[in-house]
Amino acid sequence: MPDQVLFAAEVMLNGLMAGVLYSLVALGFVLIFKASGIFNYAQGVMALFAALTLVGIMDGQVPFSHLINAIFGTNIHHFGWHTPALLAIILTIMVMVLFAWLVQRFIFRHLVNQEPIILFMATIGLAYFLEGVGDLMWGSDIKKLDVGIPKGMNETIESITHGAFGYGFFIDNLDIFATFVAVILVAILVCFSQYTKQGRALRAVADDHQAALSVGISLSYIWILVWSIAGFVALVAGTIWGAKSGVQFSLSLIALKALPVLMLGGFTSIPGAIIGGLIIGVGEKLFEFLVGPWIGGATENWFAYVLALLFLVFRPQGLFGEKIIERV
Amino acid sequence: MLYREAGDYSTSYPEDSQTFPIKFDRYRYYVILAVAFLVIPFFINDYWANAVLVPFLIYSIAAIGLNILTGYCGQVSLGTGGFMAVGAYACYKLMTSFPEISIMIHILLAGGVTAAVVTLFGLPSLRIKGFYLAVSTLAAQFFLVWMFNKVPWFYNYSMTGMIGSPERTVLGIVVTGPATDAWAKYMICLIFVTLCAVLARNMTRGSVGRKWMAIRDMDIAAEIIGVNPLMAKLSAFAVSGFFIGIAGALFFSVYLGAIEVTEAFGIEKSFLVLFMVIIGGLGSIFGSFAGAAFMVLLPVLLKNLLVGGLDWPTDLAQHLYFIIAGGLIIIFLILEPHGLAQLWRVAKEKLRLWPFPH
Repeated sequence: MPDQVLFAAEVMLNGLMAGVLYSLVALGFVLIFKASGIFNYAQGVMALFAALTLVGIMDGQVPFSHLINAIFGTNIHHFGWHTPALLAIILTIMVMVLFAWLVQRFIFRHLVNQEPIILFMATIGLAYFLEGVGDLMWGSDIKKLDVGIPKGMNETIESITHGAFGYGFFIDNLDIFATFVAVILVAILVCFSQYTKQGRALRAVADDHQAALSVGISLSYIWILVWSIAGFVALVAGTIWGAKSGVQFSLSLIALKALPVLMLGGFTSIPGAIIGGLIIGVGEKLFEFLVGPWIGGATENWFAYVLALLFLVFRPQGLFGEKIIERV
Repeated sequence: MLYREAGDYSTSYPEDSQTFPIKFDRYRYYVILAVAFLVIPFFINDYWANAVLVPFLIYSIAAIGLNILTGYCGQVSLGTGGFMAVGAYACYKLMTSFPEISIMIHILLAGGVTAAVVTLFGLPSLRIKGFYLAVSTLAAQFFLVWMFNKVPWFYNYSMTGMIGSPERTVLGIVVTGPATDAWAKYMICLIFVTLCAVLARNMTRGSVGRKWMAIRDMDIAAEIIGVNPLMAKLSAFAVSGFFIGIAGALFFSVYLGAIEVTEAFGIEKSFLVLFMVIIGGLGSIFGSFAGAAFMVLLPVLLKNLLVGGLDWPTDLAQHLYFIIAGGLIIIFLILEPHGLAQLWRVAKEKLRLWPFPH
């Protein structure tokens, strides 16, 4: 096979892996949008916050140390212990559940029946707030996250492809790991929503708020549940992205990456989020590889949006979204 | 007592349909204009102009522009930053290509160029609605910023990729470039703000504005009663683009003087202007001013308080700013989803009845 085709194939495979990561973030959006009709812009910042909390707990940082030092003139930074990864993850999940409860109790309970745009704005406010809290709590420097996820080139794939085509594919172990995690996560979510009582209640709420309320499903409980799940998904996404490129502010920008995925797949569809993510991942990597050099590169910033935009013109509800029926 | 319409009779139709039908409102408006044009220019200094007044005026224009699109026509846009960049770069190209023409005309033309670009990006709005549209305007934001970064023609092949505004004069007074006086910066922005506000106010009162509002409230119903959605939506995009373009041109040429596009017109700008519109009040010209004032003053106040007053480090103040800004936005939305303009309306109602509330 010619080299160009092999390169393209490698780029495509890497795109698929990147797409999985986009899907992970998009999944959190879809969950909340389906269950509560809130377009949660803060999902990316939630991933950042979760990753920051995880690192902070693992390193035994003192929360708000910067603020405390500024007020009392002290100089404390660390408790001086290190928490094992598993315990830290459990603690972080607890923090995210607490966060879900707070969000529900203090924000969205007061915004029931508001227009979607107002709810959307509230989540942007929440994103700012959470970003500030995250930085204030754990500091804004770039942190290294190491929870034992394998990294570096996968040598098995390299040697197999080298034997087959005479050219070794470079595929990061981390990406393979992320793919596994994503598959498991989606399987868990599907099982949860199909076979458990809470999952059924969740689907009922997604289908029709009032009908669900009238058969005795507690809306506020479901909303806390769904924000907790979204927090958990954010933690997974944040951990993987954080292990890939360090925990820093730019992590919250993956939310912006997830938006075209959502548009492509439809805001209301879990399979849509996954397939949309894969299409976007492959599409932007291939475009950058094939066309990027001609027009100056760095096309990844906007290609996904333009692709989704063109796509939407022909199918306004996205690939798998529910058909939009408009009545007067 | 203080604020009432008793004794205020209109004897002709034009009198009845004027912008401020209540006498008190009208005089208040004249007083504000008089103070803005005749008093402030004599007392303004560099700090006030650069930190507060000039950004406030420029953001007011941008907020009016976005308010026309989002507040009056109901099309949420997250591309404001990119559209402002179009205005800035159009102004730059015009200024450097035709140095003999007045900058006032350049700024207006930059608004026109932006209007054309925004209309182009508004085309999908005929098919795509709601959040899908909001997200697809992000395509404009990222694409435009990328384009201004990558195509050297836009920044005249300069080595740094930055654009800087050359010195230009209006009636012999320097208005752009480093030698500009504070009051000149202020005055040129004020003139544009006044023109834009009057224009916007009258447009939203007239048949165009009513069509926009009909589309906002229910587009299918509007179509049935004879509003052409194509014309209504695209005209909203065009008018909004015109204002945003003027804001971008002023932001670059008068306020900053030299910009780098990713820094000056990133996605944060889009959100900032959207916040102004929401906090000020959707569908209100006064709200655009109020929102712009709020979002411009908040960081200045916090910085003075925390860094100047309490002597805390700047990055801490920055984090606190995020927390407070985010918190305030949420609190505002919970307490008054219709923004500062609604608070003002309620206050006026109260004033009319005061001191006899029944």
